[in-house]
Amino acid sequence: MPDVLAGGIFVLIGGAFVWGALGYGLGTPLRMGPGAFPMLVGATVAVLGLAIIGKGLVAGEVTSFGAIPWRAVAVIVLAVLFFGFTVRRLGFVPTSAVTALLTTLASSRVRLLTAVAVAAGLTVASTLIFVVGLQLRIPLWGPWLGF
Amino acid sequence: MELLDNLALGFSTALLVQNVLYCFVGVLLGTAVGVLPGIGPTATVAMLLPITFSFEPVTALIMLAGIYYGAQYGGSTTAILINLPGESSAAVTALDGHEMARQGRAGPALAAAAVGSFIAGTVATVALAVAAPPLASVALRFGPAEYFSLVLFGLIVSIALARGSALKALAMIALGVLLGTVGQDIYTGTPRFVFDQRELYGGINFVSVAVGMFGVAEILRNLENERTRTAIVSTVKNLWPTREDRRRIVGPILRGTGLGAALGILPGGGHVLASFTSYAVEKRISKRQQEFGRGAIEGVAGPESANNAAAQTSFIPLLTLGLPAHPVMALMVGAFIVHGITPGPNVITDEPALFWGLIASMWIGNVLLVLLNLPLVGIWVRMLRIPYQVLFPMIILFAAIGTYSLSFNAYDVYAIAFFGILGYILIKCGCEPAPLLLGFVLGPLLEEHLRRALIISRGDASVFLTRPISAVFLALAVAALVVAVLPTIRKRREIVFAEDESLDEIPNPVPPPSPRAHDDLDELPPRVPPQR
Repeated sequence: MPDVLAGGIFVLIGGAFVWGALGYGLGTPLRMGPGAFPMLVGATVAVLGLAIIGKGLVAGEVTSFGAIPWRAVAVIVLAVLFFGFTVRRLGFVPTSAVTALLTTLASSRVRLLTAVAVAAGLTVASTLIFVVGLQLRIPLWGPWLGF
Repeated sequence: MELLDNLALGFSTALLVQNVLYCFVGVLLGTAVGVLPGIGPTATVAMLLPITFSFEPVTALIMLAGIYYGAQYGGSTTAILINLPGESSAAVTALDGHEMARQGRAGPALAAAAVGSFIAGTVATVALAVAAPPLASVALRFGPAEYFSLVLFGLIVSIALARGSALKALAMIALGVLLGTVGQDIYTGTPRFVFDQRELYGGINFVSVAVGMFGVAEILRNLENERTRTAIVSTVKNLWPTREDRRRIVGPILRGTGLGAALGILPGGGHVLASFTSYAVEKRISKRQQEFGRGAIEGVAGPESANNAAAQTSFIPLLTLGLPAHPVMALMVGAFIVHGITPGPNVITDEPALFWGLIASMWIGNVLLVLLNLPLVGIWVRMLRIPYQVLFPMIILFAAIGTYSLSFNAYDVYAIAFFGILGYILIKCGCEPAPLLLGFVLGPLLEEHLRRALIISRGDASVFLTRPISAVFLALAVAALVVAVLPTIRKRREIVFAEDESLDEIPNPVPPPSPRAHDDLDELPPRVPPQR
């Protein structure tokens, strides 16, 4: 039920913002507080979400989602989080290599040797483009490796 | 005469060596991402945004603009040669263009597309140069109330043109506006929705949202069922159209240019709408209707001219009002702001060299594109042999590096993962990401102008209705909302769009390109009838 799920997400996020906005002070129309605008918009999102749920229930169509690439979802999220967390600590080169290797494994068809080759190639390419070419100021090797 | 002076200033800026060079780099990259399915101009511009920070502002904008209109060109090449529209406004081009290629007439089809795009680009650039200054001077008289209503109107119009459920598009816009409120409040400095994380005080990074929703989510969709990409490439010979072809493409090019230039100004995917409208028009007025779908050169020349003209004129709302009409334009707003320029009516007077230089560069870019595309067609097609297993790790890695280098903030990188997953789920549920991105960009403007207008009017909300320009925009916004939401009018809209649906009924031995073959999801044609 995609409509119910989508509507649910809207209700959840909209509601959370409304709840949070109440703590920031609504102010008066003349001097709107920091909470007024998010509350207005959050309520709109939640109401629209309810309408989408309602429409989905009325229509009652059961459409399946199709395949979800769980492996790709997990691996790519992990790769991106890894990059953000370690780029300062491990340095540019090892972080890029691990991120690229992890990402390559998202494809269910990839062979390990290909993955290593792609990761190595991308690490060299990104180091050349971003650090050498664009003078990005990120240390190549980080403090975790004793640099 | 003033126009000529301005254009002279523009060309003297745009013809500087580094500007021509980066214009070339931009259209080259744009063509490449237009050719490759799975990576679109939005994700590319988002990734390259940090790279352009070290450039002069005008150089940076010239390059980013080049990527955008270069992608319009590249998409048509693969549409014609292998029936794979790399860019979805090229989906119409595939109908007749690929049919021509199958008949051994790939050359004339490519030439018609290139010549049509070039003429359209030239005319639309002139239209931009003529129309922008008067519009900007009108916009200068806008107060906060007018801006609020205008932004609201822009947001609402973008759903009227979106495909699929209007309700979902509206919810996505509102969600985008909501996400835009994260960070410190502009008037009181109160940190909002930051969970005590100092890194979130500056708000959610726009590039993270764009890269997550358009890059990561799209990759996840492509990985749902992996297929081997087979490229059976027709050989290209006899590039030049025959005399008969030349006679047949003049009308479609001119009509397509006019349609595209007009529709491109509309916020929210005007260029896709333009190419479909142009195809429908050409088919209706043609004396050889039965040829459409079987290799009619009019069906290539018209839509190609239309989408290219629209790509140029979609800069009008950005340059005169500061309103982005397309997710790429929203990224351009980011680029303007990074360089300390507020996009809007002031650009034309404060930064004339930048304004006219950008416009002149578009014409130069169009010349470069013709030179790039026709002789180098073989190289572009060979690029399709790059396996996706190399391509998507590259996109993810470069996106992570590019986003991190914006402000060396790890939270920006985490946000990519968050928005990738959120975008993927919402796209799976039939919600388009483009409205969310527009809402995210325009949301802070909406809040700022709303609050400023209310302070000026001493809390009297009727100011939005008593000021005439503001009232007109609000009335237009309500009208657009009614058109998009009301079921009865919606049905009538389906009838209007029914002409397009007949495209699918044309006997076509080649299966229509799968939606996954398109690049960005925002580029899908808006003609898919609403599922209800």
